[in-house]
Amino acid sequence: MSPAEQAEVTRSARNGWLLSAPALVVLTLAAIGPLAIVVAYSFMPAGEYGNVAWGFSLEAWQGILFTKDIFDGTLAWADANLTIFWRSVKLSVLTTVFAFVVGFPTAWFIATRPPKARAMWLFLITIPFWTNLLIRTFAITEIIRKEGLLNTVLLKLQIISQPFEMIYTDTAVFIGMTYVYLPLMVLPLFASLDRFDMRLLEAAYDLYANPWQVLRRVIIPIVKPGIIAGSILVFVPSLGAYVTPRLLGGGKNMMIGNFIELQFGQGRNWPLGASLSVTLLIIVTGALLVYVRYANRETRHGQ
Amino acid sequence: MASKGFVISRLPGFNPIAALVFAGLYLPIIILVIYSFNAGRSVSSWEGFSLQWYAVAWENDAVKDATIRSLYLAASAAVISTFLATLAALGTTRRKSFGGQTFIYVMINQPLMVPEIVSAVALLIFFAMIKQATGYAGMGYLIAAHSAFCIPFAYLPIRARLEGMDMTLETAAADLYASPWQAFRFVTLPLLLPGIIAGMMLAFVTSLDDVVITVFVKSAGQDTLPTYMLGQIRRQVTAEINAISTVLLALTILLLTLFFLLTRKKD
Repeated sequence: MSPAEQAEVTRSARNGWLLSAPALVVLTLAAIGPLAIVVAYSFMPAGEYGNVAWGFSLEAWQGILFTKDIFDGTLAWADANLTIFWRSVKLSVLTTVFAFVVGFPTAWFIATRPPKARAMWLFLITIPFWTNLLIRTFAITEIIRKEGLLNTVLLKLQIISQPFEMIYTDTAVFIGMTYVYLPLMVLPLFASLDRFDMRLLEAAYDLYANPWQVLRRVIIPIVKPGIIAGSILVFVPSLGAYVTPRLLGGGKNMMIGNFIELQFGQGRNWPLGASLSVTLLIIVTGALLVYVRYANRETRHGQ
Repeated sequence: MASKGFVISRLPGFNPIAALVFAGLYLPIIILVIYSFNAGRSVSSWEGFSLQWYAVAWENDAVKDATIRSLYLAASAAVISTFLATLAALGTTRRKSFGGQTFIYVMINQPLMVPEIVSAVALLIFFAMIKQATGYAGMGYLIAAHSAFCIPFAYLPIRARLEGMDMTLETAAADLYASPWQAFRFVTLPLLLPGIIAGMMLAFVTSLDDVVITVFVKSAGQDTLPTYMLGQIRRQVTAEINAISTVLLALTILLLTLFFLLTRKKD
């Protein structure tokens, strides 16, 4: 490389940084920087009236899994916390699996339409995706609550004699989360299926594969990156969900997100809220790293 | 195969599932909209067509206040984040990859990766400190937070547009003695404009929809439309919420339709 070319490359890189700098400053101040404070707070003792007291303490990290007896200071498993973690993981996994089971056929349906119709169907998936999450959760609430539409219709048709209580249960939260996060599964699945070479189906059928074998042995292996992307896009927000469990789960059926909020409200245990937040962040980062690693391996194979 | 003929891409059971999914996605929203025109109070019975809940919402000062605040916040955040995202997109595309570029990508996309509740908590703590130190409790906090998490939404369409652009046009402009600024102002910017508008609309919708971060960051008396609705839904629900939802829904669909028209590839 000649000195002139070298100077040009340096200049280009400098301009790249300069142009990106304002965005980076705002993101550092109002998005990433504060995360560092959360990490710091998780290592401090709780203040008497919320906030933290200065000092170093591992109590908040211990508090994730254990409760300390007030009198003799012995540790015991924090059953309430464990129930909340278990519920969060269980509901997030169920939501992800179910979203895949119904989302995959939907993405396949869209990908196999003629181009013009495909754009229309895709737009129909995109609208709920961009519609306010609160509105969509509210729409589900209106249907499944005790005096809601579902109960009203079932009572009128005399299928049931008593309104059944579905709202404020884990089932309600599962239905709500599947409803609000389903587009996040369909969109990346569609993006993979859209590039799928349909001639592979012909080849498979020519070789006497049945539809199930085609799906299992041809389509799914090829669109695996899309499946992983969709699963992570559903799993991550499900695990950190706040609005949906708050409206559909009520006060009893909390998930991690609501539990974190509680620590900053009535709980008045900011350090515990912070350590829970960091835990959530670590799990999510782990999931994303798995995805990045997998996605990179896929592209290398493709080359 | 039967008389319908063999369609190679058909898989058994897939079309009915897709039909159920589309019905399931839209039915609750459609019912929500229908009941916003209900003369009665709830969704348990239809008591005739009426616009009364729109009138109720319109005359509710809390709703009016929250609407104005939401629009002001979304507009501010959209303009700021789009400006920052445009600069960043110009900085990270169409040049030889440079050291730290991946770092910049990760930084820009970070709001998409961190769970909202965690960002919300982080901002709550950080802004509480600033509030204590400065005594300022205005809209600045919400505008800063929204501007930050809207950046990736504004960035993506702008970057996509830039990557699809023909670089030779700028070279041609330079050959015709345009200064770099003139080349940018009269060649690049007009070509980029649809991407910028698209990015701004996504940022606007994203800000308008936010609940979690807003709930944690807002000071007393700074309800936006979604946080107002969240509070109402928890207390008692009247069809007023349906009416507000319907209006928000209409606004979202309008903006999205414009977005798709702007970003549609010409065949």
